[in-house]
Amino acid sequence: MPEVLRAPLVVEFPFTRSLGPVQSAFLTGLRERVVLGVRTTDGRVLVPPVEYDPVTADELRDLVEVAPTGTVTTWAWNPHPRPGQPLATPFAWVLVRLDGADTSLLHVLDAPGPDSVRTGMRVRVRWAATRTGAITDIACFDPYGGAPAQPSGSTGEFADPVTGIVTPARLDYTYTPGRAQSAYLDALAEHRTVGERCPQCRKVYVPPRGACPTCGVATTEQVEVGPRGTVTTFCIVNIKARNLDIEVPYVYAHIALDGAGLALHGRIAGIPYDQVRMGLRVEPVWTEGARHPDHYRPTGEPDADYDTYRELL
Amino acid sequence: MTREIAVVAFAQTDHRRSTDDLSEVEMLMPVLHEVLDRTGLRTADIGFTCSGSSDYLAGRAFSFTLALDGVGAWPPISESHVEMDGAWALYEAWTKLLTGDADTALVYAYGKSSPGSLRDVLTRQLDPYYVAPLWPDSVALAALQAQALIDAHETDEPALAAVAARSRATDNPHAQLRGPVPHGDYVVRPLRTGDCPPIGDGAAAVILAAGDRARELCERPAWIRGIDHRIEPHSLGVRDLTDSPSTRLAAEKAGAFERPVDTAELHAPFTAQEIVLRKALRLDDTVRVNPSGGALAANPVMAAGLIRLGEAAAAIHRGEADRALAHATSGPCLQQNLVAVLEGDPR
Ligand SMILES: [Zn+2]
Repeated sequence: MPEVLRAPLVVEFPFTRSLGPVQSAFLTGLRERVVLGVRTTDGRVLVPPVEYDPVTADELRDLVEVAPTGTVTTWAWNPHPRPGQPLATPFAWVLVRLDGADTSLLHVLDAPGPDSVRTGMRVRVRWAATRTGAITDIACFDPYGGAPAQPSGSTGEFADPVTGIVTPARLDYTYTPGRAQSAYLDALAEHRTVGERCPQCRKVYVPPRGACPTCGVATTEQVEVGPRGTVTTFCIVNIKARNLDIEVPYVYAHIALDGAGLALHGRIAGIPYDQVRMGLRVEPVWTEGARHPDHYRPTGEPDADYDTYRELL
Repeated sequence: MTREIAVVAFAQTDHRRSTDDLSEVEMLMPVLHEVLDRTGLRTADIGFTCSGSSDYLAGRAFSFTLALDGVGAWPPISESHVEMDGAWALYEAWTKLLTGDADTALVYAYGKSSPGSLRDVLTRQLDPYYVAPLWPDSVALAALQAQALIDAHETDEPALAAVAARSRATDNPHAQLRGPVPHGDYVVRPLRTGDCPPIGDGAAAVILAAGDRARELCERPAWIRGIDHRIEPHSLGVRDLTDSPSTRLAAEKAGAFERPVDTAELHAPFTAQEIVLRKALRLDDTVRVNPSGGALAANPVMAAGLIRLGEAAAAIHRGEADRALAHATSGPCLQQNLVAVLEGDPR
């Protein structure tokens, strides 16, 4: 078996979310070093607060301040902190029922080791030095030996409330293309285009994805196609894409390589953009070190007859 | 009139730590062919197709559309997808068959966890306001639940290790982790490596059929007598982590408590979760629990729940079970739960 191709793949996105009135008050409160809960219709105080009662679905708006001290209701010792987690040294995950609350908040506890943590232990919020209106405004909890702290007397109304959050997220993957696409990429490295033929309907897929979507069977027979092909359809791009060093207008086309059962797409150059036409015969142009053709240019052959590519539109 | 609907065939891959030599469709396709072969059906004979998967696992956007290539979805078929475990795809297909719109359904699910870091990937399913910014990984959340059970004296570490050992004593040839497995160090205390499911890639498929069509396609159909799914409040701190009211309610609605079952396939990725589920489902020692090894033997995410339904059905097909319960879960600490009751005709 040939060596598996691999490449790093990073999926990175900011999670941007608007906040409702209760979440806004809670996160703004954290910025101001105040912890707010919400009172349910049956009188329980939920921390962190939600906008609808998880049992009755009643709309909840009655904000109540609770103390920054509380009791651990369950915990788990994390010996190997992972990226993004609140502390870089070993810590305990904890659910904490803050004094004045009836439910628990998930966060972390900075403690010297698992032997110093137990369910029922008392803890206190350690505020982050820089606070923006996010759950991470609580840096962590610390063990705490004192009496329940008194709430500050906040009304839950703040100047300049937080109305949204942006949570960056990044996930790292190792991309492996699988059997069919690996064979395609290996051939492309030699400037050859190799598709795969369906054993049932005989169609040649370029690039191959490993299966014929019509027949639902594996495509296995490798077939070299091109290098020349026919423009089956095209468009003229007039807006410059960011990070793309190509002058507009340019032509982007579907190109049916000779022998292929469907068209792939590529840029057409070496001809004025307004002279590109359906049926134009083209060939790939490679640049040094490239992993795929830079563009396609006219071969100078007569245009292909429409009937030769009408099924490939 | 309610239609009788049965699972008539089941197939799954050999689950592996990594399938980096295969794309998702290349991994899935043999399972689709196998499950169709068991019934003699071809894609064109299938009335409805439904799949479950998640793009986040392998980081490939719209990967389920590429997976459809393996079905043979052109010309267009009647098809749907859930970004959930395939057990919920089965639920959708069951509903479709109940309406009478189709007589047969193909349900499949696949997951390639190997390209990414599964523990971190799963944090992205959590509450984005209060929880996800802390990146609490899947083992950490399961460990909080395990500690709550230990505090409540419902289990202890040796009992959890026994769940792991019993699960992996399976003779299931598809299992990723079988036989004696060291219980290992703490991953997140109190959970050790042995308490956690293996991370791996795999796929599974079942075929559903209604009424006489089911009898034609399968010698002993596994009739779905009831199926239901329920969810817990989304905030972990609101829940009693030692219990699973949603599982109990789903089981009640599915008719699980009307008569005892002889076999149960539980989707408990972490040992402590089996303790919670046994209690919620009132399973005593007379019930064979997870003869397949369950998720502790193979946990291809997004397929592992469907596999529980498939394994329960296959036990009925083989005549090893007469009335089986299958359970699937999704989310942290048994957040969402599906329960199905399957029966074979009297022998
Ligand atoms: Zn074909």
